[in-house]
Amino acid sequence: MMSTTTQSPTDAQTTTALTGAEVLMRALVEQGVEVIFGYPGGAVLPIYDALFRQNHIRHILVRHEQAAVHAAEAYARSTGKVGVVLVTSGPGATNAVTGLLDAMMDSIPLVCLSGQVPTALIGNDAFQEADTTGITRPVTKYNYLVRRPEDLAPAVHEAFAIARSGRPGPVLVDLPKNITVGDAPYVSAQDISPRTAKVQIQPERESVIRAVAAMKAAKRPLFYTGGGVINAGPQASEALRRLVDVTGFPITSTLMGLGAFPGTDKRFLGMLGMHGTYEANLATHGCDVLIALGSRFDDRVTGRVNAFSPGSFKIHVDIDPSQINKIVRVDEGIVGDVGAVIDMMIEEWERTPAATHEADLAAWWAQIEGWRAIDCLRFTQDGADDAVIKPQQAISRIYELARETGRDTYVSTEVGQHQMWAAQFFRFDNPNRWLTSGGLGTMGYGLPAAVGAQIAHPDALVMDIAGEASTLMNIQELGTIAQYRLPVKIFIINNHYMGMVRQWQELLHGSRYSESYSDALPDFVKLAESFHGRGLRVTRLDELDNTIREALAHDGPVMVDICVAEGENCFPMIPSGAAHNEMILGPEQESSGAEISTEGRMLV
Amino acid sequence: MQQEISGSAVISLLVDNESGALARIVELFSGRGYNIQSLTVAPVDEQGSTSRVNIVTTGTPSAIRQVKVQIERLVPVSRVVNLSDAGPYVAREMALVKVVSSGESRTEALRIAEAFRARAVDTTATSFVFELTGSSDKLDSFIDLMRPLGLVEVSRTGVASICRGPKTIQNF
Repeated sequence: MMSTTTQSPTDAQTTTALTGAEVLMRALVEQGVEVIFGYPGGAVLPIYDALFRQNHIRHILVRHEQAAVHAAEAYARSTGKVGVVLVTSGPGATNAVTGLLDAMMDSIPLVCLSGQVPTALIGNDAFQEADTTGITRPVTKYNYLVRRPEDLAPAVHEAFAIARSGRPGPVLVDLPKNITVGDAPYVSAQDISPRTAKVQIQPERESVIRAVAAMKAAKRPLFYTGGGVINAGPQASEALRRLVDVTGFPITSTLMGLGAFPGTDKRFLGMLGMHGTYEANLATHGCDVLIALGSRFDDRVTGRVNAFSPGSFKIHVDIDPSQINKIVRVDEGIVGDVGAVIDMMIEEWERTPAATHEADLAAWWAQIEGWRAIDCLRFTQDGADDAVIKPQQAISRIYELARETGRDTYVSTEVGQHQMWAAQFFRFDNPNRWLTSGGLGTMGYGLPAAVGAQIAHPDALVMDIAGEASTLMNIQELGTIAQYRLPVKIFIINNHYMGMVRQWQELLHGSRYSESYSDALPDFVKLAESFHGRGLRVTRLDELDNTIREALAHDGPVMVDICVAEGENCFPMIPSGAAHNEMILGPEQESSGAEISTEGRMLV
Repeated sequence: MQQEISGSAVISLLVDNESGALARIVELFSGRGYNIQSLTVAPVDEQGSTSRVNIVTTGTPSAIRQVKVQIERLVPVSRVVNLSDAGPYVAREMALVKVVSSGESRTEALRIAEAFRARAVDTTATSFVFELTGSSDKLDSFIDLMRPLGLVEVSRTGVASICRGPKTIQNF
């Protein structure tokens, strides 16, 4: 961007009276903020005015505040920076709540700036007033209501420090209008001491030594890695690769951890959990030492907790002490930054004598290869030219054809079957490329996430693997995509159903498809065109590859309506309340899955 | 798996005296399904910028460990100690107990109050308000004894606690 001003906000004289809004801008610049995702309104007009009068920060105008948060999440997830959101008071702030909780659950560093009515009106049920700090307290890592001008700059600096420290998360700063309009003193980040000192980065060596001793004695070891490795930065992913190299152990990952270890590597068993691979889940069930790195034993991963990886010695590495022994009792809990812990593990591994269980490890790998031979993701696509496309076929072809382009690729998803298929079929070689709503499972995440990723990486290939139901939840973001000419590729896996709901209804509720049919869908091609983009539709197998290629080659936004088979289910599947060795396989494989228990039916 | 036995614990913490700090602690308990039996809070430093919160909670040892680590995550909380775990400690609370009675019951109430070293802080022809300080157990038994003697109202402060010896909450 061209800068026409000669004076940057950071070198202005401290004696010059600044308004609160100007102080805010200056603090954001000092924090390295380049992009804000937001939507204006009465209470934030002074902030938008200050934005207008500066050239350091770019503002991306979304079409709904929820989308601003998801876009900022994807920006943060794909860059490692803190995402920034700006919303107005009342409905602006309440619309942001879902996104904030999404970021909280998936440990994404965000700062959300919200407008508030003037302090004198707080509590009076003023126009567009909401108890924003009250409403967002359980969905943020921390929040502030800035009541005094002198608290403004310190609060903003501390908000960034808290958002990015330890286990990252969203922080909200609520800004009454009189604070942003009135004068406020500027304080530099260097002059405050944020309350983040409690975070333990370096692990206790004794604990790591005990963990490595258990790893050396292991006959059937397994790494189980999560989103924490990605949050720990690219160097943690590098360290993880070295750790797998030196140990030769198999590795599985959670949904949030995909990409921390190359998906194409032979030692990677695929994702574990409810829709994880057969080999990953049976290895989890059968291992004798389980090394959890930056993962949190989520219920999608564990299945029935008392049957999760029974009999294994469990090592759990997490930067958040409250995660250790929360769901599953572990034998060695290590608090620290997962990258620092992995480095120390490698150090200790190389310091101590070689493991004596080579033969056992070979036998373990042989057993894993046996499970792998089941080929649990196999599906049969009718090869006829006019055959109905299976959703698995569509997603695996998108993956392969995107890979053929050789471009750096970022993939977002909505939530449901297509998300799980994308997790199964896409193999990420690098961290920060996979953008999905894991913990909260927020439908409508993918389209705004693609916006955030494309803003952060203008030259990269950014795709949203979408379902027709999910994507309609934030479809207004086609407007944002049009305004900023973002060349996002949206692939709608259209099966005319809320697919995962339909699947559960088939398996658990006697195929009574209560309200899960996507009736009265828009014409997605015309919809794309009406938002100044390109719309494509494909209904036959013989047109699939060419349509995907055409979409990938187009240099503007494209929405592809891929009409797929309606009745496909996502397998393998661990039914709720079942153990990992009670997986249901697809029709292609010999199936011996669990019956779904009454207790299981009560689980989500 | 071994069944854990549920018990009660006294957790003391120091928290920055800022708006919403108590709400954060209380919402953590309600949001995660933990129990609060009693809660006390007051500023404890010279400037009034730090408050001490004492919480009596119940749960299995692993649930109480979770309570402690979850509280430790809160930004304004600087110290958390499970006093029940950390060695001998003193836990006291105060009660104001109103008894309305006459004749034999009134004399009996006064006699028991003396035995418990409760002070009558308000007296009318038909009523007493007793002030009593001690362990929660002692307060419970006093209140139980007053029940048949015209007990009409009870106000209790909840537990304030501190560890015995020279060690302080800052040294754990």
